[in-house]
Order: sequence, then C-alpha cells, then structure tokens
Amino acid sequence: MATVIDPIVAHAVQSPRLNIKDRLRDWIPRLVLAPSFALILIFVYGFNLWTLVISFTNSKAFTNFNFIGWANYAKLWSWTFQTDPPSNWYTALVNMVLFGGLYVVFCLVLGLALAILLDQKIRGEGILRPLYLYPLALSFIVTGTAWKLLLDPGIGLEKAVHDLGWTSFHFDWVVDPRMMIYCVAIAGIWQTSGFVMAMFLAALRGIDSEILKAAQIDGASAYATYRRIIIPIMRPVFMSALIILTHMAIKSYDLVLSVTGKNPGGAAELPSTFMYSYTFTRNQMGVGSASAVVMLMTIAAIMVPYLYSELREKP
Amino acid sequence: MTTRAVIYGLLIVFAIVYLMPLVVMVMTSLKPLQEITGGNMFYLPHDLTFEPWKKAWGTACVGLTCAGIKGYVWNSVRMVIPAVLISSLLGALNGYVLTKWRFPGHKLVFGMMLFACFIPFQSVLIPMATILGKLGGIGQTLIDATGYSFGFGDPTVNLVLVHVVYGLGFTTLFFRNYYETFPTELVKAAQIDGAGFFQIFRRILLPNSAPIFIVTVIYQFTNIWNDFLFGSTFAAGDSSPMTVALYNIVNTSTGVIEYNVNMAAAIIAAAPTLVVYVLAGRYFVRGLMAGAVKG
Repeated sequence: MATVIDPIVAHAVQSPRLNIKDRLRDWIPRLVLAPSFALILIFVYGFNLWTLVISFTNSKAFTNFNFIGWANYAKLWSWTFQTDPPSNWYTALVNMVLFGGLYVVFCLVLGLALAILLDQKIRGEGILRPLYLYPLALSFIVTGTAWKLLLDPGIGLEKAVHDLGWTSFHFDWVVDPRMMIYCVAIAGIWQTSGFVMAMFLAALRGIDSEILKAAQIDGASAYATYRRIIIPIMRPVFMSALIILTHMAIKSYDLVLSVTGKNPGGAAELPSTFMYSYTFTRNQMGVGSASAVVMLMTIAAIMVPYLYSELREKP
Repeated sequence: MTTRAVIYGLLIVFAIVYLMPLVVMVMTSLKPLQEITGGNMFYLPHDLTFEPWKKAWGTACVGLTCAGIKGYVWNSVRMVIPAVLISSLLGALNGYVLTKWRFPGHKLVFGMMLFACFIPFQSVLIPMATILGKLGGIGQTLIDATGYSFGFGDPTVNLVLVHVVYGLGFTTLFFRNYYETFPTELVKAAQIDGAGFFQIFRRILLPNSAPIFIVTVIYQFTNIWNDFLFGSTFAAGDSSPMTVALYNIVNTSTGVIEYNVNMAAAIIAAAPTLVVYVLAGRYFVRGLMAGAVKG
C-alpha cells in the first residue's frame, strides 16, 4: 500500500507545525482509497503476474513451479500453423477472426444505420428505441438459449419456412460444425447492435445544430451532410465503439457455449473457450495460462493506448 | 413522402427482428411439447398451458437434483445484493477521493483501476481458483474448530468477493466522472467551516449522488446477475447462480429436450434485468454508455 501513497503530503509541507490530528486528516482520503487499490493491485495485477509465471511452468491439473521456459508458448505457436487436422488453437484463432470481424463490422453498420434512421425526427421513437436495446439487458446465456431455439432446424426458422411452402429451404448452421461460429455471430450482433445504436444516437444528438443548418443553407443534400460533416465529427465515437466491440469479441465466452450447446467437438472454439478447456478439463494448465496471457496481451495492446489517450485529453 | 415511408418501414422491420426471439421464447414457454415439435414456432399457442413454467420453477432437473430453478434464483439474489451494494459504496468513496482529495499520482491510480475493467477474466481464473481453494481450507479448519465457517469458502461469499473486486474499476469510473462535475467550491467551503472528510461525503456529496447511484446499481446488478464465467468456475452444483443453472437445464443430454421448460427457465432468468430495463431503461443505457464511452 505504501507504494500507492506519495510520502509528500503537499499540505504538510506548507505548514510544518501540524499536530497528529491534522496529519491523520490528510491521510484519511488515501486510507479510504487504499483497500480498493490494494484489491486491484493483488487481484488484477498480482493475479495477472501469477498467470504469467504459471505459463512458464509445466502445470497440469494443479499448479506447480517446474519452469520449462517458453515451451508452452512454443506449443501455441506451432499449433497456430497446424491445419491438418486443425489444432484447437488454430480453430480458435480462425474463429476469432471470423466471429470478431463479423461481430464488429455488423454491429457498427447496423448501429449506425439504426441511429441515422431514428434521428430523422421519427414519431414513436420512444417505443422503437427500447425495442432495439432490450437484448442488452439479457445475459449471453439467455440470448444463446433463445437463438439456439430459433436456429434449430427441427423446430426453428427452417421448419417455419417449410410450413410456408418453401420446402427446399435449408438452414442448419447451428448443428453444422463448419457454420456454428456464424450462429454465434448472429446472436452476438443481435445482442449488441442496439447498444452501438445508442452510442451513435447520443453522438448525433450532440452535434451542434448550427453546423447542420449552415450545411442546409449551402444546399448540401442529406447524404452529403452525413458523409462530409456528421460522420467525420463522430470519429471519436466510432473509435470508442470499435474498441469496446473488439474487446467484447475477445472476451466472448458464454455466448459460444450457449448458442452451440457446449461447443461440441470444439467447432466454435475461441481463445476464451480454449483457455477454459485446457486449464480446467484437459489438465494442461501451463498451456491454458499461456493462452490467457496471449489474450491479455491482445487486449492490452488495444486498451492501453486507448485509455492513455482518453485520460490524457483531460487536463 | 416515399422516403419517410421507407424510413418507417425499415425501422419497423428491424423492431420486429429484434423482438422476434423474445416473442418466440414466450410463446414456446406457453405451449405443450407436441405443439412445439409438431407445429410452427411463430404460431400462437393453441393449447395454452402454464405447466412448463411450474416445472421450470419447481421440478425441472438441474444436473441430478430435480427441484427446479427456484433455489438458483435465490442463490443469485443472495450473491447480487451484497456485491452490488459493496462495490457501489466503495466506488462512491473512491470517486470522491479521486476528484475532491487528489494527491500526487492520483491519475496513475485511477488509470490502473480503469484498466482493471478491461482485462480478460481468463487471465485471473487460475490464481483466483487457487486463492478461493485456500479460503475453503480456512473455512474447513474453522468448522472443525468452532463448528462455523464464518463465510470462508462459502460459494456465495466467494462470488460476492469476486464480483466486488472486478466491479470496482467500473463503479469508481462512474462516480469519478460524476463527481468531476460536482462543484469543488462547495467541498472547499465546507472544509473551511470545519467539516471533516466523511462529514463532507455524507452531508454534501451523498445527498446529490442519487442519479449516479441509480446508474451504478443498475449496471452492476445487470452485470453480476448475468455473469456466467465466474459463476460456473467458482460455484458448483447447488450453489450455482441462475445463469449456470439455466445453462445446465438447457444442455442436459439425457431424455427429450423440453423446449417449453427451457424457455420458461430462460425467461425467469432474464426477468429481473428485463424488469429493471423496462422500469429504468434511461438509466440503464446511461450506465452502459458511461462505462463504455468516456474515461
């Protein structure tokens, strides 16, 4: 804790004749913050360090401290290129790119489209907007359960379309190992795009109406106004949304399990599920923690510069 | 005129798409099983039944025990209430210190707490499991010695601890941003009048914190109620939270899949956060945005 608190109390330096009571008063704020900061130091930074240490050991079902250097990382690296048959890590990385890419792009596109549509002085916005947003209140397990039912070829959409008379309609992605990951993406997009819409809508509402009026007077079309003025102004929000979505995609775990029903055969493997199964069911904790470190580094590479710039902007 | 029609048309089509899963869930939960497997999921229930709801609540099998999900709802409630209250209160105090009682290095402290919001939880699972195992050991020793564990090793207590720790970053962020706009002159004036640290917090900051408390509590409640990763890793069997129980009901591989019971259970699991969303949607969104958009 002592590392947190700078020993120089500005106030104490100015008035050296402080008695113990005053001194204590100066320390109260730090003492109040200290437990929280200590928790974060231990449970976040300490634990991450701990995982890093384990990733250099040959821990199996239990942690041990037989250090084996970079062997676990070397294993992940070689698995990255093992395509025949594809290793679980290879599948996880490919799925990460597929799922992450679709999830981020569709959430951004749908979110922006809905925000622009809603921003056209719509009657009933108060009814429509909550309808796009409510999926966010649901847990990924509930979302997954719902979409698993909808996509189930036996009773879901495929069956419903057959009933309409289009009997050659075929849609069994959720039970097809090669297509499962797209189902996860569909459910994820459904869950989060409303949130992106809310972010963009807030940004649109925050734009100075003078600028828009000026554009209107200059005879700019609605399309040109959006393309040339509004969207460029919204660039910071784009950035925020992009980063949050990427970070959510990397963390996704429960959605995969619930949409696919326990991720059969590892077909919808993502780094998060890979980490879990290698650590807790396959008894390869060393490899599992190495994959966790890779995830952490990926997220840190995105978040640290972002947080740094966000915090620096403010004086 | 046509553009307006297209805009409204698109908005309504999207609204239907977003609404569809919930509607299908509700309808499925009100149908007997043969009507689901034999019929069309978009049709209204022909033989309306509440049996699936009764079964999901009271007699559905989660793993080997068949006592429905009511016990797991209770687990979640017992976990979520203390976790939300403790993390919100700590967040309020932290935000107060970080804005009104700044000290050298406060920015670094805040930055480090903020980064904690974004770590992938996979990178803390193994140490956390080890530590919680150790706490369980202490609890067992205490039981042997005194007959009471004092909460050590109790899965609910463990989950409260985990959620408090990993929620601190967000709650601190919320309150810090809120108190940033709160006039510091008021704090200074109170200080000159002789008010102490806690007095200022209780008399001046707290009475003006209702909006941000609502946002934080809703955000934390939703997050903790919906958590699956921690719940499934650190609580097993009968002490699991609701999300884990729902997952186990839906993914049992034995017997006929009871879609209607599954959907009833899913709606029960979703109900608390949906109710919060309906009652306080404005604050819910504000909380999400505050947590997401600005540092």
